[in-house]
Amino acid sequence: MSRQSTRLDTKKVNSELLTLTYGALVSQMLRDFESVDDVNKQLDRIGFNMGLRLIEDFLSRTGSGRCLDMRETADKIQLAFRMYLNVQPTVSNWAASSDEFSLIFDTNPLTEFVELPADYQQLRYSSLLCGCIRGALEMVQLEVQCWFTQDQLKGDATTELRVKFVRRLEDAVPAGED
Amino acid sequence: MTICNLYIFDKYGTLLYYGEWNRLKHSGITKDEEAKLMYGMLFSIKSFVSKISPMDPKAGFLHYKTNKYALNYLELPSGVKFVLNTDNTSTGIREFLQTIYSKLWVEYVVRNPLWTMGTPVTSDLFEAKLNEFVKQSPLYGSKII
Repeated sequence: MSRQSTRLDTKKVNSELLTLTYGALVSQMLRDFESVDDVNKQLDRIGFNMGLRLIEDFLSRTGSGRCLDMRETADKIQLAFRMYLNVQPTVSNWAASSDEFSLIFDTNPLTEFVELPADYQQLRYSSLLCGCIRGALEMVQLEVQCWFTQDQLKGDATTELRVKFVRRLEDAVPAGED
Repeated sequence: MTICNLYIFDKYGTLLYYGEWNRLKHSGITKDEEAKLMYGMLFSIKSFVSKISPMDPKAGFLHYKTNKYALNYLELPSGVKFVLNTDNTSTGIREFLQTIYSKLWVEYVVRNPLWTMGTPVTSDLFEAKLNEFVKQSPLYGSKII
């Protein structure tokens, strides 16, 4: 791609607004579904749908091209977190086959002011992020799995998001072509 | 300098948007058929270019020219494809298409929650903004000779 880093004017909002809005969404969903499993699933689904669109915004802002390997992908995800959430996760714990890595967060803006009640220990509070990564990467022909292995809300020292490459999706062939 | 028409496809080959400005000759088939034909040709050219290239192709297929017009092609990593037909003398079309993508497509289509992904764009706002943008661009001349 020819144009690198077009700086569009970005509207900045206070992260507390996002944190609280997200909190309102989660608590509303807990009330609506009454089952923590369903809430996890729905949050992931919402994130997925966000990711499908967010990738276009990301591509138009950064002008980045296709990734050739997962390390490049990891760098771009890191950049995206800085752009959208203003946090810089550390990329580490590469699998030997370099198709799996972790994003380590010292702070997670979504979970600020949040404490999990004892009976919601199964809730994956930030699973929106997993869905988001999955959705965004699916649009650029990468199928990945994404899940939390550590969570500060559950008493771990850091929040760790694991991303695993599954396969590269093929280009769609036009209908009627053989 | 003139702009003839613009096709926007998604990665499955659905025609998301078609815009027309200075088009002097029509194909005589329906818009849907024309879009299918166009997408099929692009698909073939793309695989042809990547197979036949003697060097590792980075960007792949970018444009072709006939004696009357030039077809310019921009594909984003997300699979959205912009196809713009212009006359032969126009330059800087790649940047022009990039701007359509980042300033208009993302802004007025992708961020519009009323648009379902993978369906044709019906937004009047997008159409109006696109028309305005095309018409004030230096690429938009008066008529083809």
